[in-house]
Amino acid sequence: METTAATRAGTDILPGKVGVWWFLASEVMLFGGLIGSFIVSRLGSSGWSGEAAHLSVPVAAINTLVLLTSSMTMVMAFGAVEKGDPRGLRTYLFLTVLLGLTFLGIKAYEYSSEVAAGFTPVTGLFWSFYYTMTGLHALHVLAGIITNLALFVMARRGLRNQHRVELAGLYWHFVDIVWIFLFPLLYLT
Amino acid sequence: MSDPVAVLAIPEASLHHEELGFWRTYLFSTEHKTIGKQYLSLGLFMTIVGGFLAYVMRWQLAYPDTEVPGWGFVGPEFYNVLVTMHGTIMVFFVAMPILLGAFGNFLIPLMIGARDMAFPRLNMLSFWTLFVGTLVLLASFFVPGGAASAGWTGYPPLSAKAIYTGVNWGLNLWILAHAIEFASFLMGGVNFLTTAITMRAPGMTFFRLPLVVWQLLTAATLFLLSVGPLIAGAVMLLMDRIAGTSFFLPEGGGEPLLWQHLFWFFGHPEVYVILLPAVGFVCEVLPVFCRKPLFGYRWIIYSTITAGILSFVVWAHHMFLSGMDPRLAMPFSITTILISVPFAILVFAMIATLWGGSIRFTTPMLFALGFVSMFIVGGLTGIFNGSAPADIYITDTYFVVGHFHYTLFSAVVFGGFAGIYFWFPKMFGRMMNETLGKVHFWLTLIFFNATFFPMHILGLGGMMRRIANPMQYQFLQPLQPINVFITFSAILLLVAQIPFAVNFVWGLVAGTPAERNPWEANTLEWAAPSPPPHLNWGEAIPTVHRGPYEYSSPEGPEDWLPQDRLVVARSS
Repeated sequence: METTAATRAGTDILPGKVGVWWFLASEVMLFGGLIGSFIVSRLGSSGWSGEAAHLSVPVAAINTLVLLTSSMTMVMAFGAVEKGDPRGLRTYLFLTVLLGLTFLGIKAYEYSSEVAAGFTPVTGLFWSFYYTMTGLHALHVLAGIITNLALFVMARRGLRNQHRVELAGLYWHFVDIVWIFLFPLLYLT
Repeated sequence: MSDPVAVLAIPEASLHHEELGFWRTYLFSTEHKTIGKQYLSLGLFMTIVGGFLAYVMRWQLAYPDTEVPGWGFVGPEFYNVLVTMHGTIMVFFVAMPILLGAFGNFLIPLMIGARDMAFPRLNMLSFWTLFVGTLVLLASFFVPGGAASAGWTGYPPLSAKAIYTGVNWGLNLWILAHAIEFASFLMGGVNFLTTAITMRAPGMTFFRLPLVVWQLLTAATLFLLSVGPLIAGAVMLLMDRIAGTSFFLPEGGGEPLLWQHLFWFFGHPEVYVILLPAVGFVCEVLPVFCRKPLFGYRWIIYSTITAGILSFVVWAHHMFLSGMDPRLAMPFSITTILISVPFAILVFAMIATLWGGSIRFTTPMLFALGFVSMFIVGGLTGIFNGSAPADIYITDTYFVVGHFHYTLFSAVVFGGFAGIYFWFPKMFGRMMNETLGKVHFWLTLIFFNATFFPMHILGLGGMMRRIANPMQYQFLQPLQPINVFITFSAILLLVAQIPFAVNFVWGLVAGTPAERNPWEANTLEWAAPSPPPHLNWGEAIPTVHRGPYEYSSPEGPEDWLPQDRLVVARSS
């Protein structure tokens, strides 16, 4: 029996993929803890829907659309990798980064108009949760943008380490899914 | 599927590596064995810090408000710092680095037959992240206002506003140090799991893994899945302290109990994050020195996983008197009592392994037996705490302090020393002195019991934990001789570690060179040279033919049968 690295008992799953999935599991618990605390606090208080009414649903809906579209372009970037199309990879990664930045820009506009209207993190418990949850999510978006930007720079040198696009995609979709939970919880209830 | 062969082949290509310089070899190394030793050094250093804090604390309790020899005046405010930092350091900067960091890194690749971890550079990053976290924690002693003093559990509202404890930056840095430490162990945990899932040697199926690998993986999983809510809580606590929100402050509509739920949702699995690796060391040591297979291999695995799952639904047993809905006390009592079932199975499997074995009383074996016997005491006192009616009387007393030192001290110290004495020859290529080791064991065992057993009596007598001066309460004054007795036992317990320190340093410098397999053990790490070379296995990775505990098997010529030995002639 040949005893090289190729004949391992370990699975043939890419180590990076296993690692990213475990990382995402812990991230689920992080946002799960925050969302759980929000729901429990909300059930125990009254008048939160009045506070939530001050948020702008149309702006957030547009932002949701932007983030969902960026997930789509991320999938297309991975599709370009599978087809061996470096030009497509660069285009779609660039679009993903652009859409991520758009999301953050719109979020910043939201924050500034809310602060201008007098709603800051210390206004009340709802606003504390709102700023903490969306802020932590925005930091995750920022991390994703930096990752995708790094991949974009790497993609200019060809298609090496292409599996990284898939791994970054897993993370980017996760960030997207978190927003899918935050949007109805904060804006629509 | 992108090609895993190409990815896995990278370490093979670097078999013919050029010599690395001093920095890359000893400091910024990506080698799992070096990183394991770095974790061990950091953990042992922090043990000295945490042990010294315990000494200062004990002196203050025996002779309140007198000058502590070697330190000076303590007083109530600094006593709170001592309590907080002793707990924080011992749990997060001693137990986790040594049990998980050091042994996880050293053992997992060697035991599964890999050349290194799945992500060597991430591994290096996780150690240096922890190093930075340690520096931040130590720096918090020196900022204006001193170090954190809200208890190692950091309960708000006490911890949520600087004016309540008088500590501002100390507590902020305390939260920051935790955040950095968690990031470090998240990276480490992902690395452990990925390595064990994807990099096992040919023939090393999951049910041929040594149990310590199973226990380390369960511990890593528990940590990954439980720490998220606490990080969320830490973010909220930091917002309360810095941005002025009131997540945990009742006057702003917040809920202090929310922190306790988030903390203990992490805190109870965390107990098993520390305990399970120690259980794993004992599972490795026992069969080697009993010369017979470990009893109930699969049952131990199933019990470990069951205990891991149950540990997520017991957290409110820390909160029976916190003011939460009393209707919750019953369900959490039941789950808590239930969790003693898998642990009882573990302990019975260990005892059954001893039965009929030909026992060799080496130092690692003595420490393993010390763990089993002391852990039973800790487990039994846990039943008192776990049932709400009894806990109402003893909660927040020294009974609890005695209980968790019997569980955690036995895990970290007895389990940890069993591991260090057992794997020292493999780690450093030299043997430790057996006589000094036995002196160390017996002194530790005696003074451990002399220190922590009387705490139960103090607790039943009503002495509260975290009080700086028991003499100011009339009903505690008759108990003061016990406090003095505990203090001198604790000092002797610390002194009893000197033989270990001597033995460790002497072993490093002048110990007898270790053979490849000095204990005649079966698991794969003993198939590598002592100490294993870079990339562990020379040209070929071992092939695994059987489970890890085939002792006294009729198939082999000796009474042990290594996992990688091919037995050709079976009929005779």
